[in-house]
Amino acid sequence: MASLTLDGLTKSYGDVAVVKSVSLEVRDGEFLVLLGPSGCGKTTTLRMIAGFVPPSGGSIRIGDQDITRLPPWKRNAGLVFQSYALFPHMTVAQNVAFGLEMRKAARSEVGPRVAEALRLVRLDGYGERYPRQLSGGQQQRVALARALVIRPDVLLLDEPLSNLDAKLRLQVRLEIRALQQQTGLTTVMVTHDQEEALTMADRLVVMSDGAVRQVGTQSDLYERPADLFVADFVGRSTMIAGTVTAPGTFRSDGGLVLTCPAPAPLGPATLALRPERLTMGLAARGLDNHVPGTASFVSYLGAMLDVHVRLNGTDHVVVQIPNKADGLAPAVGDTIEVGWPASACLVFPRETA
Amino acid sequence: MMADGRFAGRVALHGVAYLTLGFILMPLVFVTWLAFFAQEIPSFPPEGYSLKWFGAIANNRNFVTGLWTSMQVAIAATMIGLALAVPASLILARRQFTGNAAMSQFLLLPLVVPGVVMGTAIYVFQIETEIATGLPILGSLGGLIAGHTLIVIPWTVRLVTASLAGLDPAAEEAAQSLGANQWTTFFRVTLPAIRPGVVAGALFGFVTSFGNLEMSLFLVGPGRITLPIAILQYLEWKIDPTVAAVSVLQILLIAGAMIITDRYVKLARVV
Repeated sequence: MASLTLDGLTKSYGDVAVVKSVSLEVRDGEFLVLLGPSGCGKTTTLRMIAGFVPPSGGSIRIGDQDITRLPPWKRNAGLVFQSYALFPHMTVAQNVAFGLEMRKAARSEVGPRVAEALRLVRLDGYGERYPRQLSGGQQQRVALARALVIRPDVLLLDEPLSNLDAKLRLQVRLEIRALQQQTGLTTVMVTHDQEEALTMADRLVVMSDGAVRQVGTQSDLYERPADLFVADFVGRSTMIAGTVTAPGTFRSDGGLVLTCPAPAPLGPATLALRPERLTMGLAARGLDNHVPGTASFVSYLGAMLDVHVRLNGTDHVVVQIPNKADGLAPAVGDTIEVGWPASACLVFPRETA
Repeated sequence: MMADGRFAGRVALHGVAYLTLGFILMPLVFVTWLAFFAQEIPSFPPEGYSLKWFGAIANNRNFVTGLWTSMQVAIAATMIGLALAVPASLILARRQFTGNAAMSQFLLLPLVVPGVVMGTAIYVFQIETEIATGLPILGSLGGLIAGHTLIVIPWTVRLVTASLAGLDPAAEEAAQSLGANQWTTFFRVTLPAIRPGVVAGALFGFVTSFGNLEMSLFLVGPGRITLPIAILQYLEWKIDPTVAAVSVLQILLIAGAMIITDRYVKLARVV
C-alpha cells in the first residue's frame, strides 16, 4: 500500500493531446475517482497508470518508486475492467490464483489466500465453477478478488459497474467501497456516472478535454465548482447569461438585476443556480433575489417536482420542490414568485472565445 | 388448407435437403462399396465380395511411399502454417495499421488461385531460385513442403483470426497486470482461448495439403510421389478396385481425424 503520484502526465497521438499535463496526488488508502464525459482522457490516464499506454511526458510514482517506464507486469497494480476480463478457460479459483502463481507464491500459501479472497467477495464455494456459469455481478466480484489477492500497491477500477444492471450496480457499488475501506487500498476509479462517483469517492477529479478541471471532495465540487463546466457536469444547474455590472450585482440579458456574492469580476458572466436552492411562493419574498414568473412546465419525479419557471422573454430557471401531494403544486400557466439567497448564485466569467 | 400448404412445404424442404445430402454422399458410398468387389473390372452387380484389394495396397510401393510422403508433407506444412498464422492473426486482429484489411485478404488468396496456376508459379519460382542460388530446391521435400504451406495458410489464418475475435483483449491486459509478461500471457491466456481455432485450422490445413494433387504434380522430384499422385498414376494403367480401397483408407483417415478433433473442440462452433 502506498500513495500514487502523477506529475505532469501527458499523452499525445501525433498532434492530438488526449491527456494534458495531469498532476495528481492519491493519498495512501484514498479512493479517488476520475470523472468526466467520454473522451475526456480519464481512461487513458488510468491506462497510463496501469502501464498499457506509454506516456508522452511526465512521471508516475508509487510511493517513492518511479514506475513510468515499467511494463504492466512489474507494477503491482490490481486492475478491474468493465468487461470483467476473466480467463474463460480457468475456474474461478484458478482465475484468482493466477496472480499468486505469477509471483511464485508457495503452493501451501496459494490455497488459503484464494479462499480468503473469495470469502472477502462472498463467493466461497464457487471456486470450482467456470466464469460462464456465474452472473455478471458474480463475475465482477471474481475479478475484484483476483485483483485484491495479489495485495496490490494500487487498485485501478475502469468503469467496473457499467456492465451491470441498475439494481445490481447500487449493491456492488457499496460492496466495492466497503472492501476498499476494509483493505485500506489506494484506489483510482474511472467513471462517467456522477452519482456513482459521488457515492464512492473520498475525492473526485473532474476532467474534460484531457485536462483536470477541479479536484476536491463532493461538497467542494457541488458547492464551490471551479468553473462553469464543473457546475454543469456535477449536479444540475440552470444557467442565466448576463453581465456583472458592479461588485455584487449581476444584470441578466433579459434585464433582471440580481444580487450576488461580491468576488465575481466585472464583465460578461454566466450565473448558475441549483434547482433545490430556489424557493417559491411567499417564502421567496424575504430573500435577496425574488422575481415573478410563469410556470411553463412541471415534471413529476416522484419524491420531487421540477417546476420550470419563465422569468421573462430570455431567462428561465428550474425550481425543485418536494412533492407533498397536498394539491398545492403549481400548474402550467400559474404565476409564481421565485426567490433565492445571494449565496445560491454561482457566477462564472464568460469565457471569451 | 393453410396447414396442408405448410405440410407440403416442409415435405419439399426435407426432400431437397435429403437429395443434397445423398448427392454429396453418393461418391463416398459407391467408392466404399466398390472397394469390396471381388472382380477386377468393376461392373454391376458385383460377382462377390473380397478384402484382397486392401491387401494389394501394401504390395504397391507407390501407394506405401506416397502415403508416407503425403503424411510427412501435410504434417510439416500444417506445423509451419500454424507457426506463421498464429502471429499473423494476432497482429491482424489486434493492431490497426494501413493495409490491415488488404493483408487479411492477401493471406486468403491461395484459396482463390487455381491449383494449376499456383503450381506453375511456384515451379517457375523454384527453378529461377535454384539457378540464381545453386541450391537444390526443385523436387526436394523442402520445396514440396514450402508449396503446401502456402495452401495451408488461408485455413489457419482464417480460423485463428475468427477465434481471436471471441477473446476479450482485456483478459490479456488483466494477465499482464497480475504479473504475467507477454510470453506467459500468450501461453497461459491467449493460446488456450484460441485453441479451438488453432486445432480446427490445423485439421483443415492438413486435409487440404493431404488431398492436394494439382500443385504437387509440379513440385515432386523424380522418385518422389504423394498419395494423390500415386492414385492418378495407378489409374492411368488399371481400374481395379485397389484405387477404391486406397480412397477408403484416405476417407477413414480424415474422418477419424475430424471425429477425434471434434471431441476436443466443437468444429461446428468455429467453422
